[in-house]
Amino acid sequence: MTQLALVIDLNVCVGCHACVTSCKEWNTSGEAGFMSDDRPYGVDPTGTFFNRVQTFEVGEFPRTETVHFPKSCLHCEEPPCVPVCPTGASYKRPADGIVLVDYNKCIGCKYCSWACPYGAREIDEHQKVMKKCTLCVDRIYDQTLPEAERKPACVLACPTSARLFGDVYDPDSQVSVAIRESGGYALMPEWGTKPANHYLPRRKTRMKIHDDELMRAANPLKKEGKLPKPALTDPSLDDVTSW
Amino acid sequence: MTVADDPSHKPGVRVEAKNTTCYMCACRCGIRVHLRDGQIRYIEGNPDHPLNKGVICAKGASGIMKQYSPARLTRPLRRKAGAERGANQFEEISWEEAFALLAERLARIRASDPKKFALFTGRDQMQALTSLFARQFGTPNYAAHGGFCSVNMAAGMIYTIGGSFWEFGGPDLERAKLFIMIGTAEDHHSNPLKIAISKFKRNGGRFVSINPVRTGYSAIADEWVPIRPGTDGALLLALTHEIISQGLYDRDFVVRYTNGPQLVNLSADGPESGLMSRTGEPHEEGCFDPQDQLWWDRLSGQPVQTHTEGSDPFLLGEFRLADGTPVKPAFQLLVDRVKDYTPEWAASITGVPAETIRRLAQEMGVTARDHRIELPIAWTDAWGVEHETVTGNPVAFHAMRGLAAHSNGFHAIRALSVLMSLLGTIDRPGGFRHKAPFPRPIPPCAKTPRGPEAVQPNSVMDGMALGWPADPDDLFVDQMGEPVRIDKAFSWEYPLSVHGLMHNVITNAWRGDPYSIDTLLIFMSNMAWNSAMNTVEVRRMLNDRREDGEYKIPFLVVCDTFQSEMVAFADLVLPDTTYLERHDVMSMLDRPISEFDGPVDSVRIPVVPPTGQCRPFQEVLIELASRLHLPAFVNSDGTRKFRNYPDFIVNYETEPGSGIGFLAGWRGAGGEKFMKGEPNPRQWEMYEKNNCVYQYRLPRSYQYLRNWNKGYLEWAQRHRLTRYSEPILIQLYSEVLQKFRLAALGKRPGKQPPERLRSRIATYFDPLPFYYEPLESQLTDHRKYPLNAITQRPMAMYHSWDSQNAWLRQIHTHNYLYLSPRLGAQEGFCDGDWVWVESMWGRVRCMCRFSEAVDPGTVWTWNAIGKQAGAWNLEPTANEAQKGFLLNHLISEELPVSADGMHLSNSDPVTGQAGWYDVRVRVYKARPSELQQSYPQFAPIEPMPGLAQRQPWLAYFAGKGKRP
Amino acid sequence: MRPAFSVIFLTTLIGVGQGLFLALFTIETYASVGLLPPQSGAFFGRGSAIAVGFLCAGLVASFFHLGHPERAWRSAAMWRTSWLAREVIALPVATGAIMLYGLVHQLHWNIVVPGIGTQLPDGLSLIVGAGAVAATFVLFLCTGMIYACIRFLQEWATWLTVANYLLFGTASGFVLASAYSAYQSPQLETFLVTWATIITAAALVTRVTSLIRNARIRHRSSLQTAIGVRHARIAQTAQGFMGGSFNTREFFHGASPMLLRSLKWVFLLLVFPVPVLLLWAGVLSHSPVPALAAFIVQYCGLVVERWFFFAQANHPQNLYYQVIS
Repeated sequence: MTQLALVIDLNVCVGCHACVTSCKEWNTSGEAGFMSDDRPYGVDPTGTFFNRVQTFEVGEFPRTETVHFPKSCLHCEEPPCVPVCPTGASYKRPADGIVLVDYNKCIGCKYCSWACPYGAREIDEHQKVMKKCTLCVDRIYDQTLPEAERKPACVLACPTSARLFGDVYDPDSQVSVAIRESGGYALMPEWGTKPANHYLPRRKTRMKIHDDELMRAANPLKKEGKLPKPALTDPSLDDVTSW
Repeated sequence: MTVADDPSHKPGVRVEAKNTTCYMCACRCGIRVHLRDGQIRYIEGNPDHPLNKGVICAKGASGIMKQYSPARLTRPLRRKAGAERGANQFEEISWEEAFALLAERLARIRASDPKKFALFTGRDQMQALTSLFARQFGTPNYAAHGGFCSVNMAAGMIYTIGGSFWEFGGPDLERAKLFIMIGTAEDHHSNPLKIAISKFKRNGGRFVSINPVRTGYSAIADEWVPIRPGTDGALLLALTHEIISQGLYDRDFVVRYTNGPQLVNLSADGPESGLMSRTGEPHEEGCFDPQDQLWWDRLSGQPVQTHTEGSDPFLLGEFRLADGTPVKPAFQLLVDRVKDYTPEWAASITGVPAETIRRLAQEMGVTARDHRIELPIAWTDAWGVEHETVTGNPVAFHAMRGLAAHSNGFHAIRALSVLMSLLGTIDRPGGFRHKAPFPRPIPPCAKTPRGPEAVQPNSVMDGMALGWPADPDDLFVDQMGEPVRIDKAFSWEYPLSVHGLMHNVITNAWRGDPYSIDTLLIFMSNMAWNSAMNTVEVRRMLNDRREDGEYKIPFLVVCDTFQSEMVAFADLVLPDTTYLERHDVMSMLDRPISEFDGPVDSVRIPVVPPTGQCRPFQEVLIELASRLHLPAFVNSDGTRKFRNYPDFIVNYETEPGSGIGFLAGWRGAGGEKFMKGEPNPRQWEMYEKNNCVYQYRLPRSYQYLRNWNKGYLEWAQRHRLTRYSEPILIQLYSEVLQKFRLAALGKRPGKQPPERLRSRIATYFDPLPFYYEPLESQLTDHRKYPLNAITQRPMAMYHSWDSQNAWLRQIHTHNYLYLSPRLGAQEGFCDGDWVWVESMWGRVRCMCRFSEAVDPGTVWTWNAIGKQAGAWNLEPTANEAQKGFLLNHLISEELPVSADGMHLSNSDPVTGQAGWYDVRVRVYKARPSELQQSYPQFAPIEPMPGLAQRQPWLAYFAGKGKRP
Repeated sequence: MRPAFSVIFLTTLIGVGQGLFLALFTIETYASVGLLPPQSGAFFGRGSAIAVGFLCAGLVASFFHLGHPERAWRSAAMWRTSWLAREVIALPVATGAIMLYGLVHQLHWNIVVPGIGTQLPDGLSLIVGAGAVAATFVLFLCTGMIYACIRFLQEWATWLTVANYLLFGTASGFVLASAYSAYQSPQLETFLVTWATIITAAALVTRVTSLIRNARIRHRSSLQTAIGVRHARIAQTAQGFMGGSFNTREFFHGASPMLLRSLKWVFLLLVFPVPVLLLWAGVLSHSPVPALAAFIVQYCGLVVERWFFFAQANHPQNLYYQVIS
């Protein structure tokens, strides 16, 4: 059993949108293409994208976390979008768990998009079929590509390697290890969709300095004879008692 | 869906992949461009490229939409006779007409007064060629955009440690354990820094970001320290105070590699006052720091020449030389300087709590001291001492425009450099690392001419247009001490303006101060919009006429790829190519892409043919230079020397037979040499075969501590990176600055500042870093304008370049003013409301967006999203024009005119760096009856001849196959 | 959710058709045991034709919802899992059954009891009608379940959705039947108006119940679960694009809260009290016009109701699309 998925590390995502446009670039001329854009040079430009990076602010100044949040199809293990499709255009591949749309069967009823709690599907306004992330299925098995490049375009593009790709059913895969060891979680677990894609949370590195670590015999000020020493004239016990 | 369905695998489809270098921003990643039937199918990061290692950013991955943008200029255009500038009335002309017209005009100028021609360029990467052209032409009036970008960063660091961030050096995050980023959100060195930060975090490093705003890289910092804009210097000085008072500095490093222990002459008078005491031994004059200063040896209790074997200098104390001269180690002066810069003092200025400052200082100091790295690399220092290991203190810093773009930025950056040096992190593992051709001597050797006599008709200028003054005599001024350059660079107003002051060129030329010019050639810079401060006025100046009806700037030539706002003002428009259509070099003579471990340069090679009649600007320059018979571009018989730009790159040598050219790789007849060697006719091919990159890795023993690494310095000298192999000591205390101060105080022979500038020079040319409030802020009523206003560059946009990009503009199609909800509550407006932002220079109407990720005393927005209606071939109704706005309207290029009528640039008084982030504003709600549209608005630009039709919708699909 | 007019018309029109048929069959059943005077074959035939007309109009409306109506034939394929596919089957089956029912009446088809040779009065039509009733209820179930089965659309995911579809369709059909009989067979009018009133009242009960339920709903998804960060204050600042997308167009009604509230009262008035009053006014005035008006008013009310039904549904994906910048 295989379930391909992305693991997105929010701990390193800087919100650069590389995954957004590299996805568009690959897919508009690929099997899922074209991916249309309306009013590309006019008011409120809008187009079909499989992947978006959103920004959230958590907390209040000055303890604010700015969270960049890439979002695409999560390739659920129990995809609610698949059973509702009346034509079978939406399907989950048994072999690798990728949820796909057969554009030749899709009637454009949008019902699958209603059935996705994550808003992962977008209808192409000109081809009138539902589209979504394919995990670059037309790259990842392409034997003409070097093996290292048989990955989704977004994964290859990501400058911070915030996107890991692999089989979440294989306990030893990079993605499974990341989920297991770095607190990977699923979105909206309340619906039992079992998203294959996971997110890794922010992890903080802090530094603890013990007071006595600041003192050193080899303090360079000592070398200058400049470690603060009381002046000889400062009061001392010698001044007040003879024992 | 199967792989077999991919149109690229269908029979009869022609697919190719070509390597070149990206130019969607200045980062210069290697890219692999896949073509299908000649159309761009996919642009990916080149996995074999040392810079980006296969990754790409949002902009790079949107190159397709840039290549096929309808905003592209495709034909040379001339303003129609009788049409106003800015009215966008153009007629097509041929290149031959354009060249003839230009060559005729330029030849006339060159024969009479070459400085009447000014060439200023934007974010280009061909300064080696453009400056060569200007110098050969004989005009001093040349610069690129550094003056309004980040010259403080270059100058502040290079005058201190001999290197700087970005192209010239950076944080070694591979080995650092603590990373402090100040004033950086996104960066020029974008993908490499993203790669490095991510690895750094994964390796367990601690990342602290100091910034008024938490976006971009700061978002993933382990700790965000919000700070008030323009106060970084205060914070850095307080950190230094704390590091010193806790004894957390690296004494051994300071002693050996900085001028900290050198004795400063403290006699009150005389030309030596405040300079280093020296042995007085005669030495060769040259562009290096002779090692004849004195230490006060702890062991012998005597003054000795620095680095005398077996001596150990005092860093603190006060001494008298045998002749009675009072002296103190420079480090003692630094200690005296930071004595009152306590964390409590800084807290009141920066808004960072004193306990945070203390804690940060301790984290830096303890990490540097207790996590020392030791690498088993033997090396020899410049004084011949052999070291068994290379050690490093793993605290790395990075800073950019947040520090630089303030009128106190130079000293803030000096303070940063000093702090980095005290922690012992310069060119050591885990700290700051240089990239070839850096480190340079302090200051670097390039010099401008010293007076107007260097500019003569029909002559090559005797000196460089831009240089690195070492003392007042290096200034480029006339007998009266007044500027020779149109932007007043290298004058007493901005003595160390090493990148020029492009932001004042139009204003100065318009005012005729210091003089008028005839022709201004602007390459790839949007000086009528987002690159201008005081945009409304600058646009008026561009259109202003003299009494005789002639324009105040009579002839304006603009070369650009896109229909920017600036293009509308041109008299002559030259259509440039995109980066995918041209040859280019990232040259060692300019800003190469070197790595920490050695020099790297790279090239662009066209992957698609030019669109329309587009011609690369380099070809235009070479054609013009040939027509003007500029000496470097013609043979002795006056015939043209270079066929075209690729030919120029291969065959040009800095001097006949010098063996130094634009490209360092594969030199020599057969490509067997590097850095230096005779021209190789197959050089381009060799680059093409090697991912368009030449990379050289230094032997490991040459990779560190290069300021003082004998092996490296001699290697650099042998390979002609430098003339001298003398060590480059860190200038904690800057003698260069002190020399200017001495002149201002009348204590130094030689050039003297005009009286009106004496106290300014004396104040700001302090040999030690100090904090002062930014100049504009000093002149602003803080009760009326209580807020700071700044901009940041979004990661998915490069300045104004990408609003014509159909994909990127969906991400940022208009901008909001981000501010604290507390401000809204106070002023009575809500999230999303239309508000006015007002500075003492003007006001702008825009929409606000509440954010908890910004210091409540600061408002900010994304830079350059707002556009003039119709510019960039967008529909006039586009969001960019109707809802987007520029903060530039609120920022002046000059300070308020002084009481005695003096016009001073709104810039750093040391370097002329534009003080973009010094502006102070107030924000208030727009009335409900007002238009829901950004203000100011300008008449829409009509499409120009040669622009492609805008499509109502796009269905990009490369090659034949699926079509809408 | 953004109300889709094709779906609004589809569901309301087929509801009327189904309800009208149920009214006709009710009359026949009552008549067959002598509780109502028998009606002519033409009465049922014409009535069924009207019902079929509404069903077909609904079918036509549904095509406007499709990006690729030419592929609509594919949409029965996944009947094992998809309520939509089931509806795609149930709709023509019910329509066909009702059409057959009408034909039986119109053409006076009947069955001969084997061995006896005599015709059972109304035998065939009752059997066909019973089948059509079953198909009609299945269709109501399918239509309702299309919405009720999306469990994270909590406003919809309740048995009340199915009940409402059933009762609204039946009520509107009975109101139309009242008007029909007012023209064709006035002696049935009081009977039908009484039932129309009862069913409308039942619909009022289930709809008000669902309104109360929805007003009190606690959404299980929140920004916290949407992005997986636990903190009391999370605010979006950017959704990744600014000019809108499918996500902002399909799942937001775009109307003001004020309009939404007003429309609720509009449909509560138009669907329930007004048509009932009109119906009884028709009965008392012995005029067919008020009954026809009652149907038209109620139908308009149902269109508004259906608009509100969509608009009120809060899709959890909207959590990701709150703010642009």
